[in-house]
Amino acid sequence: MSITVNLPSVLAAHAGGARTIEANGRTLGEAVADLATRFPALGPRLRDKDGKPYPFVVFYVNDEDVRFRGGFGAPVQDGDEVTVIPAIAGG
Amino acid sequence: MSSTATPRPTLRRELTARPLRCRNCGADRAAAPVSICDQCLGPLDPVYDPARPLPDANAIAARAPSLWRYREWLPFQGEPVHSLDSGFTPLVAAPALARRLGVARAWVKNDTVCHPSLSFKDRVVAAAINAAAAFGLDTIGCASTGNLANAVAAHAARAGLTAWVFIPEELEAGKVLGTSVYGPKLVRVRGTYDDVNRLCAQVADRFGWGIVNVNLRGYYGEGSKTVAYEIAEQLGWRFPNAVVAPMAGGSLLSKLRKGFAEFLDAGLVRGASPRLYGAQASGCAPIVRLVERGGTQIEPEIPRTIARSLAIGNPADGVFAMRAMRDSGGWAAAVSDEDLVDGIRFLAEDVGVFAETAGGVTVAAALELARGGRLRSDDEVVLCITGHGLKTLEAVTGVLSEAPVIAPRLREVAALVERSP
Repeated sequence: MSITVNLPSVLAAHAGGARTIEANGRTLGEAVADLATRFPALGPRLRDKDGKPYPFVVFYVNDEDVRFRGGFGAPVQDGDEVTVIPAIAGG
Repeated sequence: MSSTATPRPTLRRELTARPLRCRNCGADRAAAPVSICDQCLGPLDPVYDPARPLPDANAIAARAPSLWRYREWLPFQGEPVHSLDSGFTPLVAAPALARRLGVARAWVKNDTVCHPSLSFKDRVVAAAINAAAAFGLDTIGCASTGNLANAVAAHAARAGLTAWVFIPEELEAGKVLGTSVYGPKLVRVRGTYDDVNRLCAQVADRFGWGIVNVNLRGYYGEGSKTVAYEIAEQLGWRFPNAVVAPMAGGSLLSKLRKGFAEFLDAGLVRGASPRLYGAQASGCAPIVRLVERGGTQIEPEIPRTIARSLAIGNPADGVFAMRAMRDSGGWAAAVSDEDLVDGIRFLAEDVGVFAETAGGVTVAAALELARGGRLRSDDEVVLCITGHGLKTLEAVTGVLSEAPVIAPRLREVAALVERSP
Protein backbone atom coordinates (compact mmCIF):
# COMPACT_ATOMS: atom_id res chain seq x y z
CA MET A 1 0.00 0.00 0.00
CA SER A 2 1.73 3.19 -1.08
CA ILE A 3 0.38 6.54 -0.02
CA THR A 4 1.77 10.01 -0.65
CA VAL A 5 2.65 12.20 2.34
CA ASN A 6 2.98 15.99 1.96
CA LEU A 7 5.22 17.56 4.61
CA PRO A 8 5.43 21.23 5.63
CA SER A 9 8.79 22.78 4.84
CA VAL A 10 9.86 22.79 8.51
CA LEU A 11 9.73 18.98 8.44
CA ALA A 12 11.18 18.41 4.98
CA ALA A 13 14.73 18.83 6.32
CA HIS A 14 14.14 15.78 8.49
CA ALA A 15 13.12 13.71 5.46
CA GLY A 16 16.19 14.30 3.31
CA GLY A 17 14.81 17.61 2.01
CA ALA A 18 11.78 16.08 0.30
CA ARG A 19 8.42 17.83 0.67
CA THR A 20 6.58 14.80 -0.71
CA ILE A 21 7.41 11.24 0.31
CA GLU A 22 5.84 7.80 -0.04
CA ALA A 23 4.76 5.68 2.92
CA ASN A 24 3.24 2.26 3.48
CA GLY A 25 0.60 1.02 5.88
CA ARG A 26 -3.04 0.02 6.24
CA THR A 27 -3.76 2.78 8.72
CA LEU A 28 -2.42 6.29 9.12
CA GLY A 29 -0.64 5.15 12.30
CA GLU A 30 1.13 2.39 10.35
CA ALA A 31 2.14 4.85 7.65
CA VAL A 32 3.54 7.24 10.26
CA ALA A 33 5.40 4.33 11.89
CA ASP A 34 6.86 3.45 8.49
CA LEU A 35 8.12 7.02 8.08
CA ALA A 36 9.52 7.04 11.61
CA THR A 37 11.57 3.91 10.80
CA ARG A 38 12.90 5.28 7.54
CA PHE A 39 13.51 8.85 8.76
CA PRO A 40 14.51 8.63 12.44
CA ALA A 41 14.66 12.44 12.84
CA LEU A 42 11.15 12.84 11.44
CA GLY A 43 9.43 10.29 13.71
CA PRO A 44 9.48 12.24 17.00
CA ARG A 45 8.09 15.28 15.19
CA LEU A 46 5.06 13.38 13.90
CA ARG A 47 4.11 11.45 17.07
CA ASP A 48 4.95 11.42 20.74
CA LYS A 49 6.98 8.78 22.55
CA ASP A 50 3.85 6.69 23.08
CA GLY A 51 3.17 6.71 19.35
CA LYS A 52 0.22 9.13 19.71
CA PRO A 53 -0.38 12.26 17.62
CA TYR A 54 0.50 15.67 19.07
CA PRO A 55 -2.38 18.12 19.59
CA PHE A 56 -0.58 20.74 17.48
CA VAL A 57 0.16 18.57 14.42
CA VAL A 58 -2.86 17.79 12.27
CA PHE A 59 -3.07 15.02 9.68
CA TYR A 60 -5.44 15.11 6.74
CA VAL A 61 -6.27 12.12 4.54
CA ASN A 62 -7.49 13.32 1.15
CA ASP A 63 -8.25 16.76 2.67
CA GLU A 64 -10.25 15.35 5.61
CA ASP A 65 -9.10 15.94 9.19
CA VAL A 66 -8.32 12.44 10.50
CA ARG A 67 -9.63 13.34 13.94
CA PHE A 68 -13.06 12.88 12.38
CA ARG A 69 -11.98 9.46 11.04
CA GLY A 70 -10.42 7.78 14.06
CA GLY A 71 -7.05 9.52 14.24
CA PHE A 72 -4.05 7.28 13.66
CA GLY A 73 -6.50 4.37 13.35
CA ALA A 74 -7.97 5.88 10.16
CA PRO A 75 -7.66 3.42 7.26
CA VAL A 76 -5.54 4.46 4.28
CA GLN A 77 -5.26 2.83 0.90
CA ASP A 78 -3.16 2.88 -2.22
CA GLY A 79 -3.21 6.31 -3.84
CA ASP A 80 -4.36 8.21 -0.74
CA GLU A 81 -2.76 11.57 -0.05
CA VAL A 82 -1.83 12.49 3.52
CA THR A 83 -1.05 16.13 4.38
CA VAL A 84 0.68 17.13 7.61
CA ILE A 85 -0.13 20.65 8.87
CA PRO A 86 1.13 22.31 12.04
CA ALA A 87 -2.05 23.46 13.83
CA ILE A 88 -2.74 27.15 13.54
CA ALA A 89 -5.96 29.06 13.84
CA GLY A 90 -7.57 32.45 14.14
CA GLY A 91 -10.36 34.02 12.16
CA MET B 1 33.59 83.76 8.56
CA SER B 2 30.09 82.54 8.78
CA SER B 3 29.34 79.14 10.08
CA THR B 4 26.47 77.11 8.79
CA ALA B 5 25.00 74.59 11.15
CA THR B 6 24.51 71.26 9.48
CA PRO B 7 20.97 70.06 10.12
CA ARG B 8 21.03 67.00 12.32
CA PRO B 9 19.49 63.99 10.66
CA THR B 10 16.24 62.87 12.22
CA LEU B 11 16.93 59.89 14.41
CA ARG B 12 14.20 57.52 13.34
CA ARG B 13 14.93 54.05 14.55
CA GLU B 14 14.36 51.49 11.84
CA LEU B 15 11.58 49.01 12.48
CA THR B 16 12.72 45.52 13.41
CA ALA B 17 10.78 42.54 14.71
CA ARG B 18 11.61 40.84 17.99
CA PRO B 19 13.10 37.31 18.05
CA LEU B 20 10.94 34.27 18.70
CA ARG B 21 10.74 31.43 21.22
CA CYS B 22 8.74 28.19 21.13
CA ARG B 23 5.89 28.14 23.65
CA ASN B 24 6.10 24.33 23.72
CA CYS B 25 9.81 23.40 23.90
CA GLY B 26 11.47 26.76 24.60
CA ALA B 27 13.75 26.69 21.53
CA ASP B 28 14.90 30.16 20.41
CA ARG B 29 15.00 31.42 16.87
CA ALA B 30 15.81 34.68 15.13
CA ALA B 31 13.03 37.04 14.05
CA ALA B 32 11.47 35.67 10.86
CA PRO B 33 8.09 35.26 9.14
CA VAL B 34 7.60 31.82 10.69
CA SER B 35 5.23 30.75 13.43
CA ILE B 36 6.11 27.08 13.86
CA CYS B 37 9.05 25.70 15.82
CA ASP B 38 11.30 23.65 13.54
CA GLN B 39 12.16 21.39 16.49
CA CYS B 40 8.71 20.42 17.76
CA LEU B 41 6.15 22.27 15.55
CA GLY B 42 4.91 24.21 18.59
CA PRO B 43 3.82 27.86 18.27
CA LEU B 44 6.45 30.62 18.36
CA ASP B 45 5.99 33.78 20.45
CA PRO B 46 7.99 37.02 20.34
CA VAL B 47 10.54 37.48 23.10
CA TYR B 48 10.84 40.82 24.91
CA ASP B 49 13.95 42.16 26.61
CA PRO B 50 13.00 42.26 30.31
CA ALA B 51 15.49 45.13 30.78
CA ARG B 52 13.88 47.38 28.14
CA PRO B 53 12.81 50.80 29.45
CA LEU B 54 9.05 50.94 30.10
CA PRO B 55 6.88 54.06 30.26
CA ASP B 56 4.84 54.98 33.33
CA ALA B 57 1.11 55.76 33.29
CA ASN B 58 1.63 59.47 32.67
CA ALA B 59 3.94 58.85 29.72
CA ILE B 60 1.45 56.43 28.17
CA ALA B 61 -1.48 58.81 28.74
CA ALA B 62 0.40 61.59 26.91
CA ARG B 63 0.79 59.53 23.76
CA ALA B 64 -1.46 59.47 20.68
CA PRO B 65 -4.76 57.55 21.13
CA SER B 66 -3.90 54.35 19.29
CA LEU B 67 -2.68 50.91 20.29
CA TRP B 68 0.89 52.09 19.63
CA ARG B 69 0.79 53.99 22.92
CA TYR B 70 1.69 50.56 24.38
CA ARG B 71 4.47 49.94 21.85
CA GLU B 72 6.95 48.66 24.44
CA TRP B 73 4.68 45.63 24.82
CA LEU B 74 4.33 45.08 21.07
CA PRO B 75 6.82 42.86 19.26
CA PHE B 76 8.97 45.48 17.57
CA GLN B 77 11.87 47.80 18.10
CA GLY B 78 11.93 51.14 16.31
CA GLU B 79 9.01 53.07 14.91
CA PRO B 80 5.94 51.35 13.38
CA VAL B 81 5.36 52.40 9.78
CA HIS B 82 1.80 51.30 9.04
CA SER B 83 -1.65 51.43 10.67
CA LEU B 84 -0.79 54.08 13.23
CA ASP B 85 -4.47 54.86 13.97
CA SER B 86 -5.76 51.44 15.05
CA GLY B 87 -6.99 50.71 18.56
CA PHE B 88 -7.82 52.85 21.60
CA THR B 89 -11.53 52.32 21.12
CA PRO B 90 -14.10 53.63 23.63
CA LEU B 91 -14.88 51.85 26.88
CA VAL B 92 -18.59 52.58 27.16
CA ALA B 93 -20.37 52.61 30.53
CA ALA B 94 -23.42 50.35 30.29
CA PRO B 95 -25.66 50.81 33.35
CA ALA B 96 -28.79 49.36 31.70
CA LEU B 97 -26.87 46.28 30.64
CA ALA B 98 -25.45 45.98 34.18
CA ARG B 99 -29.03 45.95 35.51
CA ARG B 100 -30.02 43.32 32.96
CA LEU B 101 -27.03 41.19 34.04
CA GLY B 102 -27.58 41.85 37.73
CA VAL B 103 -24.01 43.05 38.30
CA ALA B 104 -22.69 46.18 40.00
CA ARG B 105 -21.30 47.86 36.90
CA ALA B 106 -20.75 46.96 33.26
CA TRP B 107 -18.81 48.44 30.36
CA VAL B 108 -18.61 47.59 26.70
CA LYS B 109 -15.16 47.61 25.08
CA ASN B 110 -16.43 48.92 21.79
CA ASP B 111 -14.26 47.53 19.03
CA THR B 112 -17.15 47.96 16.58
CA VAL B 113 -15.47 51.32 15.93
CA CYS B 114 -11.88 50.10 15.65
CA HIS B 115 -10.14 51.64 12.64
CA PRO B 116 -10.02 51.18 9.77
CA SER B 117 -12.32 48.17 9.32
CA LEU B 118 -14.65 48.19 12.36
CA SER B 119 -13.52 45.09 14.23
CA PHE B 120 -10.86 44.11 16.77
CA LYS B 121 -9.00 42.41 13.92
CA ASP B 122 -7.61 45.85 13.11
CA ARG B 123 -5.44 45.41 16.20
CA VAL B 124 -3.83 42.16 15.13
CA VAL B 125 -3.43 43.28 11.53
CA ALA B 126 -1.76 46.52 12.71
CA ALA B 127 0.84 44.31 14.39
CA ALA B 128 1.11 41.86 11.49
CA ILE B 129 1.48 44.47 8.75
CA ASN B 130 4.36 46.06 10.63
CA ALA B 131 5.96 42.62 10.94
CA ALA B 132 5.56 42.31 7.16
CA ALA B 133 7.28 45.69 6.77
CA ALA B 134 10.11 44.64 9.10
CA PHE B 135 10.66 41.53 6.97
CA GLY B 136 10.39 43.40 3.67
CA LEU B 137 7.35 41.42 2.49
CA ASP B 138 5.25 43.05 -0.24
CA THR B 139 2.30 40.63 -0.03
CA ILE B 140 0.18 39.79 2.98
CA GLY B 141 -2.83 37.53 3.26
CA CYS B 142 -5.09 35.59 5.60
CA ALA B 143 -7.54 32.81 6.14
CA SER B 144 -10.61 34.49 7.51
CA THR B 145 -14.19 34.12 8.70
CA GLY B 146 -14.77 37.72 7.57
CA ASN B 147 -13.54 40.35 9.99
CA LEU B 148 -9.91 39.50 9.39
CA ALA B 149 -10.55 39.56 5.63
CA ASN B 150 -11.94 43.11 5.97
CA ALA B 151 -8.96 44.17 8.05
CA VAL B 152 -6.21 42.63 5.91
CA ALA B 153 -7.73 44.09 2.73
CA ALA B 154 -8.10 47.56 4.27
CA HIS B 155 -4.68 47.76 5.92
CA ALA B 156 -2.94 46.37 2.82
CA ALA B 157 -4.74 48.84 0.55
CA ARG B 158 -3.53 51.91 2.41
CA ALA B 159 -0.02 50.50 2.87
CA GLY B 160 0.23 49.76 -0.87
CA LEU B 161 0.72 46.04 -0.34
CA THR B 162 -0.82 43.18 -2.29
CA ALA B 163 -3.35 41.16 -0.28
CA TRP B 164 -4.43 37.56 -0.89
CA VAL B 165 -7.52 36.91 1.19
CA PHE B 166 -9.05 33.44 1.54
CA ILE B 167 -12.57 33.02 2.98
CA PRO B 168 -15.16 30.23 3.15
CA GLU B 169 -17.54 30.34 0.19
CA GLU B 170 -20.57 30.93 2.46
CA LEU B 171 -20.07 34.23 4.29
CA GLU B 172 -22.34 37.19 5.00
CA ALA B 173 -22.62 39.65 2.09
CA GLY B 174 -21.27 42.48 4.28
CA LYS B 175 -18.13 40.54 5.03
CA VAL B 176 -17.54 39.71 1.37
CA LEU B 177 -18.31 43.17 -0.03
CA GLY B 178 -16.54 44.81 2.90
CA THR B 179 -13.43 42.99 1.77
CA SER B 180 -13.62 43.21 -2.01
CA VAL B 181 -14.17 46.98 -1.94
CA TYR B 182 -10.49 47.44 -0.99
CA GLY B 183 -9.37 45.61 -4.14
CA PRO B 184 -7.57 42.58 -2.70
CA LYS B 185 -7.16 39.25 -4.44
CA LEU B 186 -10.18 37.69 -2.72
CA VAL B 187 -10.67 33.93 -3.02
CA ARG B 188 -13.78 32.04 -1.85
CA VAL B 189 -13.00 28.45 -0.90
CA ARG B 190 -15.55 25.63 -0.96
CA GLY B 191 -15.50 24.42 2.63
CA THR B 192 -15.43 25.61 6.22
CA TYR B 193 -13.02 28.05 7.82
CA ASP B 194 -10.95 25.07 8.95
CA ASP B 195 -10.55 24.00 5.32
CA VAL B 196 -9.51 27.56 4.41
CA ASN B 197 -7.05 27.64 7.28
CA ARG B 198 -5.42 24.38 6.22
CA LEU B 199 -5.11 25.69 2.67
CA CYS B 200 -3.49 28.89 3.91
CA ALA B 201 -0.92 26.94 5.92
CA GLN B 202 0.10 25.34 2.62
CA VAL B 203 -0.08 28.68 0.77
CA ALA B 204 2.23 30.37 3.30
CA ASP B 205 4.65 27.48 3.00
CA ARG B 206 4.62 27.58 -0.79
CA PHE B 207 4.56 31.25 -1.77
CA GLY B 208 6.49 32.97 0.99
CA TRP B 209 3.83 35.63 1.58
CA GLY B 210 3.07 37.08 4.98
CA ILE B 211 -0.12 35.24 5.85
CA VAL B 212 -0.98 37.21 8.96
CA ASN B 213 -2.60 34.39 10.95
CA VAL B 214 -0.26 31.68 9.71
CA ASN B 215 3.41 32.53 9.35
CA LEU B 216 3.13 36.03 10.93
CA ARG B 217 0.95 34.66 13.69
CA GLY B 218 3.43 35.15 16.53
CA TYR B 219 3.54 38.90 15.83
CA TYR B 220 -0.11 39.21 14.83
CA GLY B 221 -1.45 37.72 18.07
CA GLU B 222 0.34 40.26 20.23
CA GLY B 223 -1.96 42.99 18.88
CA SER B 224 -4.83 41.43 20.87
CA LYS B 225 -3.12 42.26 24.17
CA THR B 226 -3.87 45.92 23.61
CA VAL B 227 -7.54 45.28 24.48
CA ALA B 228 -6.40 44.42 28.02
CA TYR B 229 -4.10 47.47 28.28
CA GLU B 230 -6.86 49.81 27.13
CA ILE B 231 -9.41 48.38 29.56
CA ALA B 232 -6.99 48.93 32.44
CA GLU B 233 -6.06 52.46 31.39
CA GLN B 234 -9.62 53.54 30.60
CA LEU B 235 -10.84 52.33 34.00
CA GLY B 236 -8.25 54.60 35.60
CA TRP B 237 -5.32 52.14 35.80
CA ARG B 238 -7.25 49.37 37.48
CA PHE B 239 -8.86 46.09 36.49
CA PRO B 240 -12.51 45.04 36.38
CA ASN B 241 -13.44 41.81 38.25
CA ALA B 242 -14.48 39.98 35.12
CA VAL B 243 -14.10 40.19 31.34
CA VAL B 244 -16.34 38.35 28.88
CA ALA B 245 -15.00 37.87 25.35
CA PRO B 246 -15.99 35.86 22.27
CA MET B 247 -13.90 32.89 21.21
CA ALA B 248 -13.17 31.74 17.67
CA GLY B 249 -9.57 30.50 17.51
CA GLY B 250 -9.26 31.28 21.22
CA SER B 251 -6.33 33.66 20.89
CA LEU B 252 -8.07 36.73 22.36
CA LEU B 253 -8.65 35.03 25.73
CA SER B 254 -5.03 33.98 26.17
CA LYS B 255 -3.79 37.40 25.03
CA LEU B 256 -6.14 39.19 27.46
CA ARG B 257 -4.62 37.11 30.24
CA LYS B 258 -1.11 37.93 29.04
CA GLY B 259 -1.89 41.63 28.67
CA PHE B 260 -3.31 41.96 32.19
CA ALA B 261 -0.33 40.06 33.62
CA GLU B 262 2.12 42.35 31.81
CA PHE B 263 0.52 45.49 33.27
CA LEU B 264 0.67 43.94 36.74
CA ASP B 265 4.35 43.07 36.20
CA ALA B 266 5.06 46.61 35.02
CA GLY B 267 3.50 48.02 38.19
CA LEU B 268 0.96 50.02 36.17
CA VAL B 269 -1.97 48.31 37.89
CA ARG B 270 -2.34 46.55 41.24
CA GLY B 271 -4.77 43.91 42.40
CA ALA B 272 -6.16 40.69 41.08
CA SER B 273 -6.30 39.96 37.36
CA PRO B 274 -9.86 39.78 36.05
CA ARG B 275 -11.67 36.48 35.83
CA LEU B 276 -11.89 35.66 32.12
CA TYR B 277 -15.02 34.23 30.53
CA GLY B 278 -15.23 32.92 26.98
CA ALA B 279 -18.34 32.93 24.78
CA GLN B 280 -19.19 30.71 21.81
CA ALA B 281 -22.29 29.76 19.85
CA SER B 282 -23.53 26.31 20.80
CA GLY B 283 -23.39 25.31 17.11
CA CYS B 284 -19.61 25.60 17.32
CA ALA B 285 -18.35 25.49 20.90
CA PRO B 286 -15.28 23.25 21.09
CA ILE B 287 -13.55 25.51 23.64
CA VAL B 288 -16.60 25.85 25.89
CA ARG B 289 -16.99 22.07 25.83
CA LEU B 290 -13.31 21.63 26.74
CA VAL B 291 -13.79 23.93 29.75
CA GLU B 292 -16.96 22.09 30.82
CA ARG B 293 -15.49 18.63 30.23
CA GLY B 294 -12.04 19.22 31.68
CA GLY B 295 -9.12 17.57 29.91
CA THR B 296 -6.35 18.97 27.78
CA GLN B 297 -7.34 18.48 24.15
CA ILE B 298 -9.83 20.11 21.86
CA GLU B 299 -12.29 17.84 20.11
CA PRO B 300 -12.87 19.50 16.75
CA GLU B 301 -16.42 20.18 15.55
CA ILE B 302 -18.16 20.88 12.26
CA PRO B 303 -19.59 24.43 12.77
CA ARG B 304 -23.34 24.97 12.49
CA THR B 305 -24.16 28.52 13.59
CA ILE B 306 -25.04 31.91 12.16
CA ALA B 307 -22.14 33.33 14.22
CA ARG B 308 -19.80 32.73 11.31
CA SER B 309 -17.05 34.93 12.72
CA LEU B 310 -16.77 32.40 15.58
CA ALA B 311 -17.25 29.30 13.44
CA ILE B 312 -13.86 27.69 13.94
CA GLY B 313 -14.30 24.02 14.70
CA ASN B 314 -10.61 23.34 15.19
CA PRO B 315 -9.30 26.21 17.35
CA ALA B 316 -5.57 25.70 17.86
CA ASP B 317 -5.45 28.28 20.65
CA GLY B 318 -8.39 26.58 22.34
CA VAL B 319 -6.25 24.87 24.95
CA PHE B 320 -4.48 28.16 25.76
CA ALA B 321 -7.86 29.89 26.03
CA MET B 322 -9.10 27.15 28.38
CA ARG B 323 -6.04 27.65 30.60
CA ALA B 324 -6.54 31.44 30.64
CA MET B 325 -10.13 30.95 31.82
CA ARG B 326 -9.26 28.25 34.35
CA ASP B 327 -6.17 30.01 35.78
CA SER B 328 -8.03 33.32 36.15
CA GLY B 329 -10.99 31.70 37.94
CA GLY B 330 -13.34 32.20 35.01
CA TRP B 331 -15.53 29.91 32.95
CA ALA B 332 -17.20 29.66 29.53
CA ALA B 333 -20.71 29.58 28.09
CA ALA B 334 -22.31 28.62 24.78
CA VAL B 335 -25.56 30.14 23.52
CA SER B 336 -28.09 29.31 20.80
CA ASP B 337 -28.44 31.29 17.58
CA GLU B 338 -31.81 32.55 18.86
CA ASP B 339 -30.22 33.84 22.06
CA LEU B 340 -27.39 35.54 20.21
CA VAL B 341 -29.88 37.50 18.11
CA ASP B 342 -31.53 38.62 21.36
CA GLY B 343 -28.03 39.54 22.59
CA ILE B 344 -27.54 41.82 19.59
CA ARG B 345 -30.85 43.55 20.38
CA PHE B 346 -30.15 43.92 24.11
CA LEU B 347 -26.78 45.50 23.37
CA ALA B 348 -28.29 47.93 20.88
CA GLU B 349 -31.22 48.83 23.13
CA ASP B 350 -29.23 49.03 26.39
CA VAL B 351 -25.95 50.53 25.22
CA GLY B 352 -26.53 51.98 21.75
CA VAL B 353 -23.93 49.70 20.22
CA PHE B 354 -24.79 47.64 17.14
CA ALA B 355 -22.67 44.50 17.12
CA GLU B 356 -22.25 41.65 14.71
CA THR B 357 -23.18 38.09 15.69
CA ALA B 358 -20.09 37.60 17.88
CA GLY B 359 -21.21 40.55 20.02
CA GLY B 360 -24.63 38.95 20.40
CA VAL B 361 -22.92 35.74 21.51
CA THR B 362 -20.91 37.67 24.09
CA VAL B 363 -23.93 39.44 25.58
CA ALA B 364 -26.06 36.27 25.61
CA ALA B 365 -23.21 34.29 27.20
CA ALA B 366 -22.78 36.98 29.88
CA LEU B 367 -26.49 36.66 30.68
CA GLU B 368 -26.12 32.88 30.88
CA LEU B 369 -23.08 33.22 33.18
CA ALA B 370 -24.96 35.69 35.37
CA ARG B 371 -27.98 33.37 35.59
CA GLY B 372 -25.66 30.54 36.61
CA GLY B 373 -24.10 32.64 39.37
CA ARG B 374 -20.70 32.92 37.67
CA LEU B 375 -21.10 36.71 37.40
CA ARG B 376 -22.09 38.12 40.78
CA SER B 377 -24.03 41.11 42.02
CA ASP B 378 -20.89 42.93 43.23
CA ASP B 379 -18.94 42.33 40.00
CA GLU B 380 -17.62 44.98 37.66
CA VAL B 381 -17.75 43.40 34.21
CA VAL B 382 -16.32 44.39 30.83
CA LEU B 383 -17.80 42.83 27.68
CA CYS B 384 -15.52 42.76 24.64
CA ILE B 385 -17.64 43.61 21.61
CA THR B 386 -15.46 42.83 18.64
CA GLY B 387 -17.21 43.70 15.38
CA HIS B 388 -19.80 46.05 13.87
CA GLY B 389 -23.40 44.96 13.27
CA LEU B 390 -23.54 46.34 9.73
CA LYS B 391 -21.27 43.42 8.74
CA THR B 392 -23.92 40.79 9.59
CA LEU B 393 -27.26 42.40 8.80
CA GLU B 394 -28.63 38.95 7.91
CA ALA B 395 -28.73 38.07 11.64
CA VAL B 396 -31.40 40.65 12.44
CA THR B 397 -33.16 40.79 9.09
CA GLY B 398 -36.78 39.75 9.56
CA VAL B 399 -36.41 39.70 13.35
CA LEU B 400 -37.01 43.36 14.15
CA SER B 401 -40.46 44.94 13.99
CA GLU B 402 -41.21 46.53 10.67
CA ALA B 403 -41.49 50.32 10.51
CA PRO B 404 -44.95 51.64 9.58
CA VAL B 405 -45.30 53.45 6.27
CA ILE B 406 -47.48 56.58 6.29
CA ALA B 407 -48.50 59.44 4.05
CA PRO B 408 -46.71 62.75 4.81
CA ARG B 409 -49.62 63.95 6.99
CA LEU B 410 -49.49 65.07 10.59
CA ARG B 411 -52.68 63.23 11.54
CA GLU B 412 -51.08 59.92 10.57
CA VAL B 413 -48.20 60.67 12.94
CA ALA B 414 -50.70 61.63 15.61
CA ALA B 415 -52.46 58.30 15.13
CA LEU B 416 -49.16 56.48 15.54
CA VAL B 417 -48.33 58.43 18.69
CA GLU B 418 -51.78 57.60 20.03
CA ARG B 419 -51.23 53.85 19.50
CA SER B 420 -47.63 53.91 20.69
CA PRO B 421 -47.09 52.19 24.07
